Amino acid sequence: MKDTSVYENYRDAVVGSIIDLAKVHDDIVVLDSDLSSCLGTTEFQKEFPDRFYNCGIAEANMAAVAGGLSSVGLTPFIHSFGCFASRRMYDQVFISIGYAHRTVHIVGTDPGITAQYNGGTHMPFEDIALMRQIPGLIIYEPSDIRSLYELVQQVYATGQSSYLRTPRKGSTRRYGDDVEIRLGKAITVRDGSDLTIIATGVHLVSEAEKAAAALEAKGVSTRVIDLHTIRPLDAETITKAAAETGRLLICENGRYPGGTGEMISALLFKEGISAKVDFINVGERFGEVGSLSYLAETFGMTADNMVKKAEALM
Amino acid sequence: MDSRELEKLKKEALDARVKIIREIASFGSGHIGGSMSVVEVLTYLYYHEMNIDPSRPDWPERDRLVISKGHSGPALYAMLAKKGYFDESMLSTLNQGGTRLPSHADMTKTPGVDFTAGSLGQGISAAVGIALGQKIRGCDAYTYAIVGDGESQEGEVWEAAEAAGAWHLNRLIAFTDINGQQLDDYTENIIPMHKLDQRYDSFGWNTVEVENGHDFEQIAAAIAKAKEEKTRPTMILLHTVKSYGYIPGEGIKANHSMPVSKEKAEEAIAALLEREGGKA
Repeated sequence: MKDTSVYENYRDAVVGSIIDLAKVHDDIVVLDSDLSSCLGTTEFQKEFPDRFYNCGIAEANMAAVAGGLSSVGLTPFIHSFGCFASRRMYDQVFISIGYAHRTVHIVGTDPGITAQYNGGTHMPFEDIALMRQIPGLIIYEPSDIRSLYELVQQVYATGQSSYLRTPRKGSTRRYGDDVEIRLGKAITVRDGSDLTIIATGVHLVSEAEKAAAALEAKGVSTRVIDLHTIRPLDAETITKAAAETGRLLICENGRYPGGTGEMISALLFKEGISAKVDFINVGERFGEVGSLSYLAETFGMTADNMVKKAEALM
Repeated sequence: MDSRELEKLKKEALDARVKIIREIASFGSGHIGGSMSVVEVLTYLYYHEMNIDPSRPDWPERDRLVISKGHSGPALYAMLAKKGYFDESMLSTLNQGGTRLPSHADMTKTPGVDFTAGSLGQGISAAVGIALGQKIRGCDAYTYAIVGDGESQEGEVWEAAEAAGAWHLNRLIAFTDINGQQLDDYTENIIPMHKLDQRYDSFGWNTVEVENGHDFEQIAAAIAKAKEEKTRPTMILLHTVKSYGYIPGEGIKANHSMPVSKEKAEEAIAALLEREGGKA
């Protein structure tokens, strides 16, 4: 098993995982869009100078170029900030990757409020909803360095296209080698019987763990689920939690329409599982500039807000 | 090009035109204008230039063609059928439910289609990706692409152009089908596409003008020039007539997509054969 302690932050883990794949698979190529120094795909370029191309500030072209590369047997990983990797190049991802049945791995960095000081223009809240419209596309948002490294490996092995949501900065190490990381299988970070917090991504899973500890102290047994794979959705773990705890708080660093909250609500309704449900998301607001803590406070993505909402569900 | 080869190409082009008219008439309407304007370039590529094997449409070392103006699908299908990628009888399934011949070229459905197009601007980017991929793979195959002049209003065409120039993709040979018309009107009356030669030149391309895009000798000379190029991609500017050979559509504004009844098709074919002095 890979020793992921060598990675200082998420960006190193993503690029490190792609480099490790490229050492074994000569079909892997990387395209960036003038953000290679931000993610560190420059490290890939150093190792594989003939398999890296910087497409410049032209994301739409990059996505369709990737479709073309895929049609001659290469497997591109392409990077931009999540806002551009979804909204800006959407039709190209839809047609020249999705509709054309190409395999391309899209790395969208700085999801939601993790875009921080780049502000509202750079804050993708709707990327999950957009990418969900593309049949067969895997969507994932790991919550720590090890799961990030492992899931990049597993996604490549599927041969399907994917969209990765990940922050670049930070170094949360949540999972030891004893925890199984499996694409499509949510991780129950902590068990509980009164309520389940379902969270996606580093920030919200960490806040959910804090909230669960606080709720436990108040006598509310709280389960925490790390929904690292948004699509395909782990219906089994979610419906089991809903049936067993009867209350769900679904937290996402994004928008409700088309997001995980709406997806899970529809699942429960279809399966006929009645549970009390509440949500944490950005609602009808656009993003804005600020520190992670300011933005978390502004959009209610805090352990305190989770506790408040959880108590209201009880 | 000797006269026998020239006559053969002319005959194949005429036959392709007849097939395209009947193909579109089998459905009752379709993109006749932009299909007819690219017949000579397609005929030349498929009958003379491209290194292909119709019995192996997925052969990795083949030359590839991306019809970025994906609505020219019917012209491409007629050519692929003629070359034996699939049976000619399939042409009459154009746009019918369950067909393998949708109005816009689709690589997942049609044997011999090298890339999907239909959302304008994307095909040329994909062709750049294919040419880049061949370079990465160390494959000497050529990548061809056909872009529309109206399509060139899409910003993505220029994103693709700047990348191909920067990456020195000299085995990318593209054509702009300058038929001077788009869906709504003459391109001149919408957003004129002036000085395409200078535009591509400034993007680091080799540019070659073909004054008559229906003349095989001019097309041949342009491609020969493109293949001499060692560092730059080539854009061949093909001046064509929209709907050329479907006479009811020639010289009119509304010839992008037209209703073509079976009766009208046969009349048009008879008129074409009379004009060209040939037989289908």
